[in-house]
Amino acid sequence: MSDRRIGVYICHCGGNISDYVDVEAVRQAVEVEPGVVVAKTAMFTCSDATQQEMIEDIREQNLDGLVVASCSPKLHLFTFREVAKRAGLNPYRYTQVNVREQCSWTHTDDRAGATEKAVRLVRAGVARTALTEPLEPIVIDTVPKVLVVGAGIAGLRAAIGLADLGISVLLAEKSAAPGGWVAGFNKMYPHDRTGRLLIKQLVDKVKRRENITLFTDAELVAKSGSIGNFQVKIRVNGQKTEEISTNVGSIIVATGFDGYHPRDGEYGYGIDGVVTLPEYKEILDNAGDKMLFNGKEIKNVVYIYCVGSRQQTGENPHRYCSRYCCNAGVHAAVESAEKDPQVNQYHLFRDMRTYGKFELLYGRAREKGSVFLKFDDNEPPVVEKGPDGRLKVTVKDLLTYGEQVEIPADVVVLVTGMMPRENSALVDILKLPVGRDGFFNEIHPKLRPVETVVDGVFICGACQGPKNSAESVASALAAVTQSASILKKGFVELEPLIAVIDPKKCKLCDVCSKSCPYSAIEQEHYQGKTVARVNEAVCKGCGGCAPLCPDNAIDLKGYTDAQMESMIDAMLKEIG
Amino acid sequence: MGGTTKEGKDFVPKILAFSTNNISDPGIDLAGSSHMHYPPSVMVISMPCTSGIKPGWILHAVEKGFDGVFIAADGEECAYLPDCSERASRIVKEAQDLLKQKGYEPERLKMSAICSVCAGPFTSQIKDYYETLKKLGPARKG
Repeated sequence: MSDRRIGVYICHCGGNISDYVDVEAVRQAVEVEPGVVVAKTAMFTCSDATQQEMIEDIREQNLDGLVVASCSPKLHLFTFREVAKRAGLNPYRYTQVNVREQCSWTHTDDRAGATEKAVRLVRAGVARTALTEPLEPIVIDTVPKVLVVGAGIAGLRAAIGLADLGISVLLAEKSAAPGGWVAGFNKMYPHDRTGRLLIKQLVDKVKRRENITLFTDAELVAKSGSIGNFQVKIRVNGQKTEEISTNVGSIIVATGFDGYHPRDGEYGYGIDGVVTLPEYKEILDNAGDKMLFNGKEIKNVVYIYCVGSRQQTGENPHRYCSRYCCNAGVHAAVESAEKDPQVNQYHLFRDMRTYGKFELLYGRAREKGSVFLKFDDNEPPVVEKGPDGRLKVTVKDLLTYGEQVEIPADVVVLVTGMMPRENSALVDILKLPVGRDGFFNEIHPKLRPVETVVDGVFICGACQGPKNSAESVASALAAVTQSASILKKGFVELEPLIAVIDPKKCKLCDVCSKSCPYSAIEQEHYQGKTVARVNEAVCKGCGGCAPLCPDNAIDLKGYTDAQMESMIDAMLKEIG
Repeated sequence: MGGTTKEGKDFVPKILAFSTNNISDPGIDLAGSSHMHYPPSVMVISMPCTSGIKPGWILHAVEKGFDGVFIAADGEECAYLPDCSERASRIVKEAQDLLKQKGYEPERLKMSAICSVCAGPFTSQIKDYYETLKKLGPARKG
């Protein structure tokens, strides 16, 4: 017999569960489980009234465990943990059992089967709860200071945002001047303000704020500690190299992207007159009344899109769309037409993606005479130098049923995409998660878009994936908010569901510490011997070390051997 | 699920599926939200990461009455461990060795990467596995 006092609540979910599962039968089946002292059903367990009822039951019945069988834990795990907390019950003695997404909704065709499964799942939840122990969140005091790595438009804007919230900023830029790519941009859509001016304004603001320290020629060379209190070392390469060590509460990575550099011969790259989009923009920016290439007036321009993006073949292909390039291509065309209304412009594309408001820019390019031809990825345009010394582009146009078109060109512009920047030293120091595409990965693409698996390390801007400057700034400000939400409170609470090593069983073979990419396993003395110990502030709670221990000395809290085996047993118990 | 331990036509294999909180469990949830059907004798336990599954649990499940264990793995999407796939393969191999030592078929364990929107792939794979186990018969003979 269990001496536990567990309350079980089974949700109808207004019919979402009870239409397919006999919730009363489930209640009756689990009511007699060892340790269960309260078993109830409710129309909506998440309703205020039922939450209040649970709180009263916990207090009056002196419950020491809580089980709610309702929807997926993704929806209400934290809701019911809070209920437990409000009633004075340790929130880690709560278990959520998913009888909606993983039971009623997926067995709408089998009421008896679904009901039986629900009984088994709730029993497993009760068994797990019976073996929970009260856990306290790991509390860490935070340092009200942020390291921002990279002073492009995202890093600069993030620094200002943080400073205005009263958080000190250390802004480290690897190159000699702040501003990144945008500092080199001329007029930008939609306001025609230049990138140079935008950056100048941001840098002025940075300089006016006393709580921002900007270092150029600087890079992060070491990091230790964890969320709330990292120790970082910055190397500043000036006339003499100096190293600055300081403590920060969080780190924002805004290291940007590299432009794609075409291979020799890719769409004729290497032939005089075949240029990348950034190279063409330079010609455009430096043009007086006339656009010139090698002293000759530019009359015919051919743009080829998706160069370095959406690659299907080759070694490590860039499969992703670089997002900004269609917009940048048509923007260059509009600018060119404004400079010389007589210029002929041909755009050879696979798909045009001038999403959102950029559609207007696309329209403007067409109004100003740009011609768009669609080519097949399998039959890309061919760029050659003709006998007359002029560039010639041959393309099969899908929009005119595959008609072969030859276009003479003065310049061919390869609309090049974005590439992940080579940053292996930084990846190594910060343990940044790198995706298959080479850009840094967030925890959740929709709901946690700037957080990484490394607590306290945020990513923003184009280091995360292709973004334009507006999108980069938006994500930078998201990183500001996330950083501030930690640092303004003064402390962080970490999930205590982490690995724990039994010092009695540990023989210090070092397998676990070698297997942990976060270096979370340290050593300590225990009864005259040295054993492995988990640094609770660093452990991510993945449990990856646990199965590797040859002496089975490691358990993951919340997923211990005893809990898992008792859940399995409970799921298999005969249905009476 | 009445005749779970019976052999023959009425045999309903019980399957324990291990999912992960951030990747495959949302995929399995999505199968439910989309009202896709799979047998109710499939039960899921969710973990933080595939690499945390102990081979001993798998043996325990089969010894105690599950006819098969399906690991809905993080695959390349794991946010914790860059080598999660390799670790998971090692766990599968170790667990299959344990199963074989105790006289169970290695097919009692199957692993497949299930992403956070892989509702369709999960449903069809678990149904296929159910049929495989049905042919294989109960894990505990006699």
